Amino acid sequence: MTAELGGFLLALALVMAFAQGALGLIAGWRRNEGLGAAAAGVAQSNAIILLAAFAILVSLFLRTDYSVAVVAANSHVAKPLLYKIAGTWGNHEGSMLLWCLVSATFAALLASFPGGMGRTLWNRAVGVQGVVTGVAIAYTLVLSSPFARLDPAPLTGKDLNPLLQDPALAIHPPMLYLGYVGLSVPFSLAIAALMEGKVDSAWARALRPWTLIAWVTLTLGITLGSYWAYYELGWGGWWFWDPVENASFMPWLAAAALLHSAIVTERRGSLAAWTILLAIIGFGLALLGTFLVRSGVLTSVHAFAVDPQRGYAILAMLAFFVGGGFMLYAWRAPRLSEPSGFLLVSRESALVVNNVGLAVAMGTVLIGTLYPLLLEAMTDRLISVGPPFFNVTFGPLMALLFLALPIAPFLAWRRGDLKEAWRWLQWAAYAAAGVAVVTLALLRGPIWSALGLAVGVWVLFGALLYAWKRAGSFVRIAALPLAFWAMTAAHVGAGVFTIGAAAETAFRKEEAAQMLPGASVSFAGRRITLTDITTVEGPNYTAQRAIFRVEERIVTAERRSYTVSAMPTTEVGILGDLTGDLYIALGAPTEGTIGPAAWTVRLYFNPLVQWIFAGAGLMALGGALGLVVLARRSLKRTVPAAAATAT
Amino acid sequence: MIRAALFALALATGAAFAQTPGQTLAQEERARALDAEIRCVVCENEPISQSTAGMAADMRALVRERIVEGDTDAEIRAFFADRYGDFVLLRPRMSSATWALWAAPALLLAFAGFAAASLLRRRKAAGTDVEDDPAPEHDQDR
Repeated sequence: MTAELGGFLLALALVMAFAQGALGLIAGWRRNEGLGAAAAGVAQSNAIILLAAFAILVSLFLRTDYSVAVVAANSHVAKPLLYKIAGTWGNHEGSMLLWCLVSATFAALLASFPGGMGRTLWNRAVGVQGVVTGVAIAYTLVLSSPFARLDPAPLTGKDLNPLLQDPALAIHPPMLYLGYVGLSVPFSLAIAALMEGKVDSAWARALRPWTLIAWVTLTLGITLGSYWAYYELGWGGWWFWDPVENASFMPWLAAAALLHSAIVTERRGSLAAWTILLAIIGFGLALLGTFLVRSGVLTSVHAFAVDPQRGYAILAMLAFFVGGGFMLYAWRAPRLSEPSGFLLVSRESALVVNNVGLAVAMGTVLIGTLYPLLLEAMTDRLISVGPPFFNVTFGPLMALLFLALPIAPFLAWRRGDLKEAWRWLQWAAYAAAGVAVVTLALLRGPIWSALGLAVGVWVLFGALLYAWKRAGSFVRIAALPLAFWAMTAAHVGAGVFTIGAAAETAFRKEEAAQMLPGASVSFAGRRITLTDITTVEGPNYTAQRAIFRVEERIVTAERRSYTVSAMPTTEVGILGDLTGDLYIALGAPTEGTIGPAAWTVRLYFNPLVQWIFAGAGLMALGGALGLVVLARRSLKRTVPAAAATAT
Repeated sequence: MIRAALFALALATGAAFAQTPGQTLAQEERARALDAEIRCVVCENEPISQSTAGMAADMRALVRERIVEGDTDAEIRAFFADRYGDFVLLRPRMSSATWALWAAPALLLAFAGFAAASLLRRRKAAGTDVEDDPAPEHDQDR
């Protein structure tokens, strides 16, 4: 009965979501406060209904109820508890239900925290958010219901893809979904503003925290996914320019551009139309990401759902929201712009450069990702667009953007002073030049690695120099406001990330050795001894565990074979610090006459690789601090703003 | 120097990456760069440098064989493209079907740069009132 109750709740949520949409939109149109309050109430209850539906699906996975199709296809009694729970969203149907739950939760939050925005704007945004949620629920209910039954129920389940059986599965997809779906709130606010025909600084102020939530969760989700791939896939890489990665990276770039352009719109009233457009594009890219991942149009390790009908439906959703958004934009945007004066050298111009850089980078990733699909659809020619393309196009674009990054904070609004900025930034420039020379002359790195490291150092030192300038002395640094730390942490993170990415890509080392227990190799200045290989029984797998001694430390690497799917996976051994990771993966044995003749051991040294993840973490931290600042400010402003709209 | 020594040691322990006799260190570096650009044809979106599949190992050996035979990088890419189609090349070759792809980033940048420049020019013209516009002081909260 439980699954049927879940299906019923989902159908109820569908009606509720569209009711929320109708009530909110009519409330905004007729300026009816009662209907607006009703829309908010419906939004809040709907989040609870979807939470209940989701809890039911989790319970079906916990009880491993094979009569439910999605459980039978993705679970198994022997699976550890954590993966039974996380397995709920480790498949198409469950993850779509999660999508709906997140969307409804954001609707409820938007309904509960109007911040300082005008009443009709708030009503309309809640209404649009209801439509977004409703369309997602309709898709889930009709084309991918997680509550569908199997008759007769199979005796055993197919288990979860072993590559996904990792603690990261518990956090990575929910984080990404918070980010993807989080971008629906800026979208709703943009559509609501176009309906109002008015964009002011109060609107931009309301937009910023929602954009930050999406950006922070996307940053965390992508970083976690990257780290997961790094330690799970067993070849030492952390970013593959896989279409599925690009699918999450494009909304991230859009959100990064949006949170900067919203600052200009809030503070100076400029770029209003562009900010609106970015909000629409951001959600469009999130939907495109869902389409790419869920339609099976890509062949990659992530595509665990293949069903063209679903693909068409998601494409129709994309066309509806983005096409509709663009049409409304074309109709209403020309009335929006209200120029305010600023000179060529100013904070505004610097943020325009930021947006040019991020938008072009976003477009490049978009074209690189879609080009092979479009070419195949139109001409039947199959080509691949892989890392070599993205490295030579995206890399230089980011380097250009990062050249401008540290300058921006030094420039005042309206009118900046480049000479004054250079007086401080020259020290960052000297440090960057020094690093470039060392990279070329001593480390014999390629030219692009020297440029990459120099740009990273320029961004990092530039951000620190700005902190010094603002504080005036070391003692007063601690007294700087939280908002300043938010920006500094994010920009320092960008610098740290760039240094790590350039160093890792240029100077990684790899070797493969054939070893038997007792054998030693020298690699990356370390002596590595294989002391023993044992067989270990896990809950739902058997593994060969190799124990290595590296100087005085012990590190283990495993090769697992999962009982149900018989798929081998690697669990790498990592011995790392800030200078780099020694990364050991156990490969297949070569068979001898009695037992294995030797084991293939792949050794990697990834210099500064932890800087990559630490840098991304700092960016997320900066975003989180910014969120605290904005939330505090918005709570302070709620009361007077509400009073102002009442009069 | 250290790398050469390491490499010699790896060879002594029987490294899986270098199988072709008569190959130099420089040739191995070239081979590794090419490995990262050639797609493993039996894997899901992996270059042969990453894949543990037997097919990828064969393809890596083939890269080294071609290098020792004296082929240039372009010839080796063409060799693989002739055998497996353009799909095998992760760096798409310039052709009538791909020039738009390669030109796109530059075109986008030119377009966005032009749009931003025209915006800034308009703002500058409108910015004659900069003197008496009471803008906020240096950011107190951002």
